[in-house]
Amino acid sequence: MVKAVHYLNQFFAGLGGEEQADTPPMRLDGAVGPGRGLAAALEDAEIVATVACGDDYFAEHEEEATAALLELVRAEAPDVLVAGPAFGSGRYGYASARVARAAAEAGIPAVAAMHEENPGVAAVGRAVVVPTGPNVAGMRDALPRLAALAGRLAHGERLGPAEEDGYLPRGLRRNRQYDRTGAERAVDLLLAKLGGDTRTEVGGAHDTVPSPPPIPDLSHALLALVTEAGCVPQGNPDRLASVRAHAWLRYSLAGEERLEPGRYESVHGGFDVTLANEDPNRLVPLDTVRELVGEGRIGELYDCFYTTTGNGTPVATATTFGQEIAAELRDAGVQAVLLSGT
Amino acid sequence: MLAKEIERAGITTVFVSSLPTIATMIGVNRTLRGPAITHPFGLDEPERRRIVERALEMLEADVAPTTVWEVAA
Repeated sequence: MVKAVHYLNQFFAGLGGEEQADTPPMRLDGAVGPGRGLAAALEDAEIVATVACGDDYFAEHEEEATAALLELVRAEAPDVLVAGPAFGSGRYGYASARVARAAAEAGIPAVAAMHEENPGVAAVGRAVVVPTGPNVAGMRDALPRLAALAGRLAHGERLGPAEEDGYLPRGLRRNRQYDRTGAERAVDLLLAKLGGDTRTEVGGAHDTVPSPPPIPDLSHALLALVTEAGCVPQGNPDRLASVRAHAWLRYSLAGEERLEPGRYESVHGGFDVTLANEDPNRLVPLDTVRELVGEGRIGELYDCFYTTTGNGTPVATATTFGQEIAAELRDAGVQAVLLSGT
Repeated sequence: MLAKEIERAGITTVFVSSLPTIATMIGVNRTLRGPAITHPFGLDEPERRRIVERALEMLEADVAPTTVWEVAA
């Protein structure tokens, strides 16, 4: 019987929801929450301990939390570290990836599970990522696949190509001996390409955007406020979604000196909005920006703010939102933007 | 992704976030580390003032691609 350690966030470890997201790293005996389903699917392997951390705590103390979690993992001397599934959750996926990466770098085989668009995928290093659906509805499908790969890694098996073994490509190349010459294979590949039948793991990286120039004189600039924090007028009149937003919204700031609590709120479903709703200027700093305009530090504030919910939004959708908002800002002559994300 | 597309339109943007590593991974050029996920612009007005002033300095700065600044200089 080989040993596994499982990483979960505060929610899946049963410690609580967003109000417990500041929980520091901790250890629990045996399998917890989805770890029980994982344990049932693991053959010849046992989950000896679960390590957990609050999503906000991890994000805000990344290095310390990773080090503390790695210590808890190493203390168990496991044969494999399993993290998640985190599905489309950005903070949880990122934490899962960092823990898996740290374990892999410490010589412990590691596998995390999350949606392929989770930002954690890019942070996982040489650890393995099992793709899942975008939300917890994908749990039943994910656990057997995660367990199968975890079991193989725990037994020291070398994995085959990503596509065949059910994990996301890592961009690693491995030499193989073929019985046909390079010339023959090059012609085969050319013919396959002409026939539209080729596969590659290369590419798909994010493009780069040149850094826009500094603002030479902010005291004459038009500045706009944008947020991904789900900040809307109280009651959410346009029904901005709390997760996987389908739209961005624009609200007038005319006559508003600050975002008054009770007149504005956040509907973001990915963090505890208690502090934001006590004072929405914590998300969109209208009060301070108005002061700085009054003092002449900023030329002018654009009289609308833009808002959406950055929570599980597919990359393609978020890109479209960004392009549409950017087009409006450019047409309005906006030169500078303060954008808050949570 | 919003920050990146607004930058692509040539508008100088500071992204205030507690997850700057993710922002830099996707290629946001000016990121300022906010104090917490639940309140990127601080809890009270003095703190908010420091964060916004630092963000303004970043708008005025000629920075290398994917730069991250802390609020405390």
